[in-house]
Amino acid sequence: MTLVILALLIWLVAWWANVRLAETGARAARYAVPVIFGLTILVMWELIVRGLEVSPVILPAPTAIADRFAASLGTLWIDFVQTVVKGAFTGYAMGCSAAVLAAIIIDRSPFLTRGLLPVGNFVAALPIIGVAPIMVMWFGFDWQSKAAVVVVMVFFPMLVNTVAGLRDTDSMQRDLMRTYGASYWQTLLKLRLPAAMPFIFNGLKIATTLALIGAIVAEFFGSPIKGMGFRISTSVGQLAIDMVWAEIVVAAIVGSGFYGGVALLEKAVTFWHPSQRGRA
Amino acid sequence: MRNALPVLTVVGVIVVIWYIAAIWMNSTWALQMAERLGRDMEFTDLVVATMTQDRPLVAAPHQVVVALWDGVFGHAVTSKRSFVYHGFVTLEATLWGFALGIVIGVGLAIAIVHSRAVDMSVMPWAVISQTVPIVALAPMIVVVANAVGVEDRLLPKAIISAYLSFFPVLVSMVSGLRAPNQMQLDLLKTYGANRSQVFWKLRLPASLPYFFASLKVAIAASLIGAIVGELPTGAINGLGARMLIGSQFGQPLIMWAALFAAAILAGILIIAVGTIQRAADRRMGVAR
Repeated sequence: MTLVILALLIWLVAWWANVRLAETGARAARYAVPVIFGLTILVMWELIVRGLEVSPVILPAPTAIADRFAASLGTLWIDFVQTVVKGAFTGYAMGCSAAVLAAIIIDRSPFLTRGLLPVGNFVAALPIIGVAPIMVMWFGFDWQSKAAVVVVMVFFPMLVNTVAGLRDTDSMQRDLMRTYGASYWQTLLKLRLPAAMPFIFNGLKIATTLALIGAIVAEFFGSPIKGMGFRISTSVGQLAIDMVWAEIVVAAIVGSGFYGGVALLEKAVTFWHPSQRGRA
Repeated sequence: MRNALPVLTVVGVIVVIWYIAAIWMNSTWALQMAERLGRDMEFTDLVVATMTQDRPLVAAPHQVVVALWDGVFGHAVTSKRSFVYHGFVTLEATLWGFALGIVIGVGLAIAIVHSRAVDMSVMPWAVISQTVPIVALAPMIVVVANAVGVEDRLLPKAIISAYLSFFPVLVSMVSGLRAPNQMQLDLLKTYGANRSQVFWKLRLPASLPYFFASLKVAIAASLIGAIVGELPTGAINGLGARMLIGSQFGQPLIMWAALFAAAILAGILIIAVGTIQRAADRRMGVAR
């Protein structure tokens, strides 16, 4: 019981510190406040799990998860390569580039654009994840089927965003290119694609999460004896919940890192856009 | 309505491509069968053979329509073979998750707008929470719910739905509650309004268009959450479970039909939320 009371005390102290920090408005506070908040949650989790003696089958303590993580680095790495590098990244690259190419082709015909945008928007909102069993049936249990699910999942959000981005130039800019005597390809490469970049990156960022979800879910429908989705479903069956949490930690790190990487790239490519200007 | 013709054309082209894919992908099996029987196959025979398989690689559109029709109208709505029954199971989880997501999203947004400390602590973690693939958590939420003694599968599915749907509501509500400009806030200050009066009479009404706009995204996310919640958990009821059963017991037609049933459910939900949004916009005097 003392541990639980200690946890509440730590919460109060940390929250008071955060309130004070937030009031200062210092630049360092922007990073310190969320970090303190996260750490407090972790410490409270640890103390409450120990204090109330929660069964590790329900919720293991953070230290137990860290132990398991350190002990099974090899397994986690194999799963990471299988699911993320082979499944998610391959599918992400193929799906996104296919969608951008398709958008450029569609964009040449206003008729197709008007027809495909509503359809694409609708399909992007559907539970596409349901194609996972079909893809496993077509491409077998290995990573190819996972990559195929990812391709289908990222394609439509990416297509809709790119088509919208390609339409984002105004007639004044296009007229300027025409007075320069620019050809279609010159206009595309020098004006319209750069102008579409904020939209394209919006699509790329949405697709990062979808890619990981697709690759993991597809493994629930059949996989070789490695991969994050496989490990999660078998570990749940064995009640090895600490292993599940270790995989969740991997997924969280990969998910945030993937998203952060694309966001950094966006900052470098679209430095001219109002949403990026004025940020350090 | 201006877009009706282009949209119909695109849908028509997709159906044609689908038929061609069905003929192409199913032909291998059909040719093997013909060879085994020692028969030659004309092209027309081949086309017929690819359209009528029980376990096709690609179910032809009309087969899906038949399976869907049978699933919706062929059985009593309480039957375990009826898509209406499974659709309602999924819909129930979707709506509970949607409601929970709205409560969490709006609640957090109110706290964030009123306290800088909450804003700075919670907002970065809310963003990070959406980059974590929820499916990694899904099987565990179900096991924990079981261990704690929650027997039915509604709650874990609703939690997964809420996890996916609270974020769009949160982001929109934060912008919505911050939408009143300085002049409007100053006016209320000259009236001597306190914080709760500013909230009820200015911030909340100003945020409603943002709120309704976010619901469309949230309901789609919520349905995806409910279906994902059914996949890895050995559920036997719900559209996601139908897909899983179709895949594991070699009944691809059920799998295809369940996929389209889920798509139709998504369409109905999005249209319903869109109608509510338009009605609300009209009442709020937002020009469309």
